Amino acid sequence: MDLIIISLLVLGVTGLVAAILLFFIAQKFKVEEDPRIDEVQAVLPGANCGGCGFAGCRALAEACTKASSLDGLLCPVGGAPVMEKVGAILGMAAPAGEPKVAVIRCNGTCEARPKTSEYNGTRSCAIMSAMYVGESGCAYGCLGCGDCVEACAFGALKMNPETGLPEVDENLCTSCGKCVKACPRHIIELRKKGENNQRMVVKCLNQDKGPAAKKVCANACIGCGLCAKVCPQEAITVANNVAYIDFDKCVVCRECEPQCPTGALWGMGFPERLSKTAAAPAQETEAVSTDKDEKFDSAIAAKIQAIKTPRAVFPACLPYNNK
Amino acid sequence: MNTFKIGGVHPKDNKLYSAHQPIIECGLPKQAIIPLAQHIGAPAKPVVQKGDKVKVGQLIAEAGGFVSANVHSGVSGTVTKIDVTTDAWGMKMPAVFIDVEGDEWMEDINRTSDVLRECAMEPKEIIDKIAKAGIVGLGGACFPTHVKLCPPPGQKAEVLIVNGVECEPYLTCDHQLMLEHGEEIMIGIQITMRALGINRAVIGIEKNKPDAIARMTELAHKALGIEVKPLKLKYPQGGEKQLIDACIGRQVASGALPISVGAVVDNVATIFAIYEAVQKNKPLISRVMTVTGKSVKKPGNYLVRFGTPLAQVIEMAGGIPEDTGKIIGGGPMMGRAMNSVDMPAHKRTSGLLFLPEDESRRGEVANCIRCGKCVTACPMGLEPYLLSRMSELKMYDEMEQHNVMDCIDCGCCMFTCPSHRPLLDYIRSGKGIVGGNIRARQAAAKAAAEAKK
Repeated sequence: MDLIIISLLVLGVTGLVAAILLFFIAQKFKVEEDPRIDEVQAVLPGANCGGCGFAGCRALAEACTKASSLDGLLCPVGGAPVMEKVGAILGMAAPAGEPKVAVIRCNGTCEARPKTSEYNGTRSCAIMSAMYVGESGCAYGCLGCGDCVEACAFGALKMNPETGLPEVDENLCTSCGKCVKACPRHIIELRKKGENNQRMVVKCLNQDKGPAAKKVCANACIGCGLCAKVCPQEAITVANNVAYIDFDKCVVCRECEPQCPTGALWGMGFPERLSKTAAAPAQETEAVSTDKDEKFDSAIAAKIQAIKTPRAVFPACLPYNNK
Repeated sequence: MNTFKIGGVHPKDNKLYSAHQPIIECGLPKQAIIPLAQHIGAPAKPVVQKGDKVKVGQLIAEAGGFVSANVHSGVSGTVTKIDVTTDAWGMKMPAVFIDVEGDEWMEDINRTSDVLRECAMEPKEIIDKIAKAGIVGLGGACFPTHVKLCPPPGQKAEVLIVNGVECEPYLTCDHQLMLEHGEEIMIGIQITMRALGINRAVIGIEKNKPDAIARMTELAHKALGIEVKPLKLKYPQGGEKQLIDACIGRQVASGALPISVGAVVDNVATIFAIYEAVQKNKPLISRVMTVTGKSVKKPGNYLVRFGTPLAQVIEMAGGIPEDTGKIIGGGPMMGRAMNSVDMPAHKRTSGLLFLPEDESRRGEVANCIRCGKCVTACPMGLEPYLLSRMSELKMYDEMEQHNVMDCIDCGCCMFTCPSHRPLLDYIRSGKGIVGGNIRARQAAAKAAAEAKK
């Protein structure tokens, strides 16, 4: 009986002393924290993806609370709606952000860009790009090992086994930019989502001169500049033998799309594209050839036609065989 | 018999295919493509223009910085363009394209085969001549030799170590060079010792080349201060730090250069090039390269002028064997599988190895079983399994703390791994990023220091 009482006393007194001690220590070393940080954090998506450039949602919440204005602070996952809520909590105006989406700027499918060698090393784009040019001869295109897919925390990227290229699920993409950093070839770009999710993209980065680019990939941009010539907004620039569309200037009129002789320039998010061109190819090419450019001869028109007809599923994504 | 103390592996040396094959001169190409970046450091700046007539041995590009080297034409003819070409790995490199016409040499080059023994030049003159001749380390790294021969202030060279190890399996070009040009190499060593102001040199040769050891020992008896060290067989004995350890028993600290222990290391091929440059006025325009492999028809050692397409060299060796699965530029341990053979020979191309299909595949990757073989094998005393895992997990700061920058890319870890893990792939990729981080930090520190001023 004594033993129990002694134990209770000793433990009780130790606990009491410790509690008092802890109380005073807590008073002494109390960290004053802005209560709004918790509120802001509650509004943020909580994915801790790091897409905003901070270590996680908490860090972004802290940065927002400390900042004098919300300019330059953006949660790419939540986008403008979330930033508006953050702004409401902190009493600041949220910057008008436009939703963006990751775009893969390579269309070097297995069919267009046949393999010239077989890579037997570690399946990692970073390692492969440090070793050599890649399984196809293109020094600028997708390597197909899926570093971007691995980097995506939202499952928005997946490899398409038919084309050997990654594909973006635009509903899942939060434009956090992790894939952009993961790609050693810098193929992925965050572009404005555009109205109705429609945008024009040059799906090639090959800086080689036209014939050389064409040799390694049938879908390469050859830097011919036809697209730049017709663009009413002057949104297209051709530098280093490759065209680039400024998405701030582009109004998605699609004037440029039929001009591209290789099909490197794409309108994304137009589901009716293939059927329309397939249904009335003669009309379109004729209209183009009279209106736009004399150089646009029937041979190129035929090429476009060939490119725009839906492609058969190509079985040649099989490993290169040197026999 | 000596060897280095830590790590190392014993791959089958496979030198029998091309060993003792006399050095054969490879014919002139129709068009020569001479790359401007044949060395570590900044690419050379071209000094010729389109349409210029050049002779063999004429300077066509001069060093583009402190760590850079001159480039000379290996052929005579007309410059057709200065453009980019792709190397065997598809990477771009600037090059001078020359249409070959005849074989006209610069007048001041001594083309006789006489052995010129006397050299009365001042050290500075010798080093100038080496720099002018565009000589780089022909062992593989292609570090400009004149930079190596000028120790930084406060450090003094004590011993010249000559690398005749050729520890890479298959390769035999240095071996054959020692057999055929031993005398010239001896004179080259004396010239280099003179340039460094030292009186001791050690030639390290592995014991699988007994004839080279005998020949060099015989020649060394006639020269003062030169000693031949037969070494036990172990890869990577040709690595600079390993060779210093094996030859003179000194260890180079992490991150330090060989000069910190008073050693300067040069390959026998480099020494031969020094002899030719100093005594015969001949710049570095050709090298011996080994073309070898189990199924190669005429494996051998070929003297190739820089700019000659590799395809032509392969033609001389009897063409690409039918069962080829992989063509490797260099030896099997450190060489890289090539994407195409549309590349000119240059200072870096030490060999071409044709591996048959059944030997050219990597094993199935399995999990790390923590056996520690890679740790035992690493000649730099690193922990490859750990570094590779860190690289996979992108823990670059931790990699730096674990001295990843000491890695010499020798591949012992991967060679020895029973699970066939791609250790070196990951370590090398991580090392690249850590190196970039270090450089960025140094640049930032420099900028900050300048801002303070």
